[in-house]
Amino acid sequence: MKQAGIYIEMENNRVKDTSLGMITLAARADVFLYALVLDGVDDSTRQNLAEYGINTIVDMPLADDPQIRRNPAVRAGAIADAARELKLDTIFGLSTAEGKDIIPRVAAMMDVPLVMDCLDVNLEKNIARTSQYSGKVMADIQLTGSVIIFGIRPNAVQPVPAPAQAQTITLTLDTTVPANLSLLSWDDGEDGGRISLAEADIIIAGGRGLKNKENFSLIFECAGKMNAAVGASRVAVDEGWVPYACQVGQTGEKVSPQVYIACGISGSIQHFAGMKTAKMIIAVNKDENAAIMAHCDYHVQGDLFEILPELIKQL
Amino acid sequence: MQIYVCVKHVPDSAANIHILGNTQIDEKVAFLLNPYDEHAVTEAAVLKKTVPDSDIIAVCMGKKDAEKTIRSAMAMGADRGLVVETDAVCDSMTTARALHAAIVQDGSPDIIFTGKESIDSEGMQTLFRIGALFDFPVVTNAVSLEIKSGKAVVTCELAGGRTRTFQLALPCVLGAGRGLNTPNYPTFPDVVKARKKPIQTISLDSLGIPPGPGSAKIVALEPLIQKRRPKKILGTPAEQAKEIIRILQQDAKVIS
Ligand SMILES: Cc1cc2nc3c(=O)[nH]c(=O)nc-3n(C[C@H](O)[C@H](O)[C@H](O)COP(=O)(O)OP(=O)(O)OC[C@H]3O[C@@H](n4cnc5c(N)ncnc54)[C@H](O)[C@@H]3O)c2cc1C
Repeated sequence: MKQAGIYIEMENNRVKDTSLGMITLAARADVFLYALVLDGVDDSTRQNLAEYGINTIVDMPLADDPQIRRNPAVRAGAIADAARELKLDTIFGLSTAEGKDIIPRVAAMMDVPLVMDCLDVNLEKNIARTSQYSGKVMADIQLTGSVIIFGIRPNAVQPVPAPAQAQTITLTLDTTVPANLSLLSWDDGEDGGRISLAEADIIIAGGRGLKNKENFSLIFECAGKMNAAVGASRVAVDEGWVPYACQVGQTGEKVSPQVYIACGISGSIQHFAGMKTAKMIIAVNKDENAAIMAHCDYHVQGDLFEILPELIKQL
Repeated sequence: MQIYVCVKHVPDSAANIHILGNTQIDEKVAFLLNPYDEHAVTEAAVLKKTVPDSDIIAVCMGKKDAEKTIRSAMAMGADRGLVVETDAVCDSMTTARALHAAIVQDGSPDIIFTGKESIDSEGMQTLFRIGALFDFPVVTNAVSLEIKSGKAVVTCELAGGRTRTFQLALPCVLGAGRGLNTPNYPTFPDVVKARKKPIQTISLDSLGIPPGPGSAKIVALEPLIQKRRPKKILGTPAEQAKEIIRILQQDAKVIS
């Protein structure tokens, strides 16, 4: 039986839903599942992980000092140590912003193969499915090696409960900060609680059609009412209406939300590269010939300056 | 300073990609310098302004044609180029080994820039592997760089406007993000000057790289075609808004 370790991302002391989705994905195969937890395991975490099918929870708490705990090299080192200690043959992690800074480090430290941003994984054959060439191509990539690693796109698989009897073990780690890479400071943004684009269930995004920064507040207001994350086209970012962190697309974030609402976005190839895998796309555009109108699920032709205020009013 | 910039020759993001056989793409499309690498080259040029006797070397592994991407990097500020030539499609474990070996053979880096990812294979890992092979520290998605008393102080962006600032000992590997700078788009004289800069070509085979302990191999490629059938939501803006809300509640079940 395979021995897989799933690196669990937490937020506000809770296991992220996207981490649970990763467990569901891994559990499709005949596999013994370890949850690798670096941020402390409390009762609710334990129950949560067991409910989704973890067999052994590996509690490897890092020191509270944020300079240690937040250092991606320390975190990656801990995962690599656990993999050796537990003799794992497979490691899963999320392809979130944090994951992109941690999972490839683990692969590099262990010198083992990795596919990031997987939309699906076939553990029987060690094949990962990922998009390439700006979302124009789906690639199946087969990994060989004593250990293999998959970085999973958040929301690629919805979590499904599959209760297991989970035991908890504690691993004590050597968490020295590498002398050549230290964390000096960090900034969690003005609203640290803002929903992360990559992990949101709903994204409402604006493009050139918003015309200026002030109007973009329509998107923010709508997002607030439906608990959505705010996305943007590159034009909206280049114009300085929203920060780069909001950009969806080939040179921005790649997202797979349940619903993507595109307002005043034409649907360029590069924009689609980032949101093509959304489960549902709703396009609000005044031009019925815009590319996005032919590649969406709901085609809402009209003026966003009339439709968005109505949405805000009715929500 | 010896500043190396690893660059990749990638299909234009606007190109139509056709698949040949099962595992290759038709390469008869426009190829160019990977967009994130433009930021990497630009930052190297910025750094050279503060450390004037620096040498910027653009390194690219690829087919013979990859020389064009080296020329683009030269037009943006690289002084010389190094092509590791191969017709093979290599995974990132092999690519990192090849770039590492080529750089070691060429000189001793004080800093290595790369883009944070390439827009074709979107692997996001080669820079970390290069770092591990050299035992240099690595950060990715860098949006600002300062060299202070022999160390690199680098701010990196995470999602949602969050940032982390790191101190790295030199030499180090930095993955350029889009926020790092505005690329130096070359002028015509830059392009002409770039034609005279030296490029050295070495074959991948001549580097004698032993196979890595694992591999990643493309076993199938298929076009990602969307089968969405747009349904029109008609009516007044108020009616359209009402229907959107109904869909979010009842069909997508994402709001209550
Ligand atoms: C290398 C490269 C990388 C790129 N990366 C990205 C990327 O990551 N993400 C990205 O988004 N782009 C990217 N681009 C840019 C991309 O090519 C497009 O230029 C961009 O996506 C267009 O943004 P837009 O849809 O907002 O603007 P436009 O294409 O100008 O579309 C605006 C749309 O708004 C509609 N509209 C206007 N007014 C209204 C109104 N009142 N009500 C309703 N609709 C209205 C119009 O009908 C139009 O369809 C990249 C380009 C390159 C070359």
